[in-house]
Amino acid sequence: MFVTANYKLSFDHLRRALAGIDGWILALDTKGVNVWCAAGEGNFSTEELVRRLRDVQLDQVVSHRNLILPQLAAPGVNAFEATKLSGFRVVYGPVYARDLPRFLAAGCTATTDMRRVHFRWHERLAVAPLELVIHFKRALLAGLALALLAGISPAGFSWSRMTSLGGLALALWVAAYVLAGLLGPLLLPWLPMRAFALKGAALGAALAAAGLATFGASWPFLRMAAWLLLVATGTSFLLLNFTGCTTFTSPSGVRREVRWALPAQSAGAAIGLAAWALAGWQMP
Amino acid sequence: MKYLSDQISLRLDAGRCIGCGLCETVCPHGVFLVQRGKAQIRDRDACIECGACARNCPVDAIAVDSGVGCAQAIINGLLTGQETCCGERSCCGAKPTEKRRAGLIP
Repeated sequence: MFVTANYKLSFDHLRRALAGIDGWILALDTKGVNVWCAAGEGNFSTEELVRRLRDVQLDQVVSHRNLILPQLAAPGVNAFEATKLSGFRVVYGPVYARDLPRFLAAGCTATTDMRRVHFRWHERLAVAPLELVIHFKRALLAGLALALLAGISPAGFSWSRMTSLGGLALALWVAAYVLAGLLGPLLLPWLPMRAFALKGAALGAALAAAGLATFGASWPFLRMAAWLLLVATGTSFLLLNFTGCTTFTSPSGVRREVRWALPAQSAGAAIGLAAWALAGWQMP
Repeated sequence: MKYLSDQISLRLDAGRCIGCGLCETVCPHGVFLVQRGKAQIRDRDACIECGACARNCPVDAIAVDSGVGCAQAIINGLLTGQETCCGERSCCGAKPTEKRRAGLIP
């Protein structure tokens, strides 16, 4: 008997891994959320497991009394208590469903590797679009604000400057956003420092420098500096938010990082915006 | 990959430990090592405070402050002075405040 969440991907992974294996699947109601998150939220819980076992009258369906739970259900389930309350022996299977055949063949024992959660490049890339979508509106608004500010100079507001310089800035801004959202997660292990805000700032500075070298080489110094600061700050914020998508950051660590990074990012954004607006006064 | 060091709230009371080894089993980052009938913390900085070990320890020898770890939720909490919560439209579909009120999250 294998227990899983009612998140389609979780269920499908399990079903695929169990091809050719004789067994039952019990899907708990986790409101369509994956096993790990549901366990952390309290939806994949001891109570839900015991209730579901009773509802489906599992003791009438099978003669054995063994349940295999995904290891990542453990933040929500107390195995001893579940066993005591349900009469079924709870065993934690491997982290990944694809390791189940080997786990079963070994008499329900997992190797050390099966017990570890990974965060390989394709896994990092798979969760990257989530952050990009969540923050896209905010990023677009920021880019539009930059374009609008670019049109302002001592001569007043110039529509043509807004579309030429501002349009370029907007295009570069969106390009930097998308690149940061993809490259940040992808290059995560190789970006310098451990704090995500610093990793982001480093990546942002590199992206901004590349953009300036290619398209903004004629910009006055103040505009270049403002651009560098703004892109580094934006990327820093984006990557700070990516902590929630990873498999190796801790709430205490993120709380600590947010406490110093958020004020720094706010200051960076404010100074960057001011410098960007002032740069209109430098333009010939 | 390693995150910040010396931030982890994990506490292990070795005196209570009966060496059942479940903490070592459920930990997805190999934080624990059980040797000669006692668990010990092998790699504290690898801990992500998911709470699996504490939840499954039969003698309550482990404590850890687990909770919502999303930056957005923590930022919301700091800005509003309220509990850490992503709000109604969270990316993971959770409504932690509701759950905490219902006693589902410790």
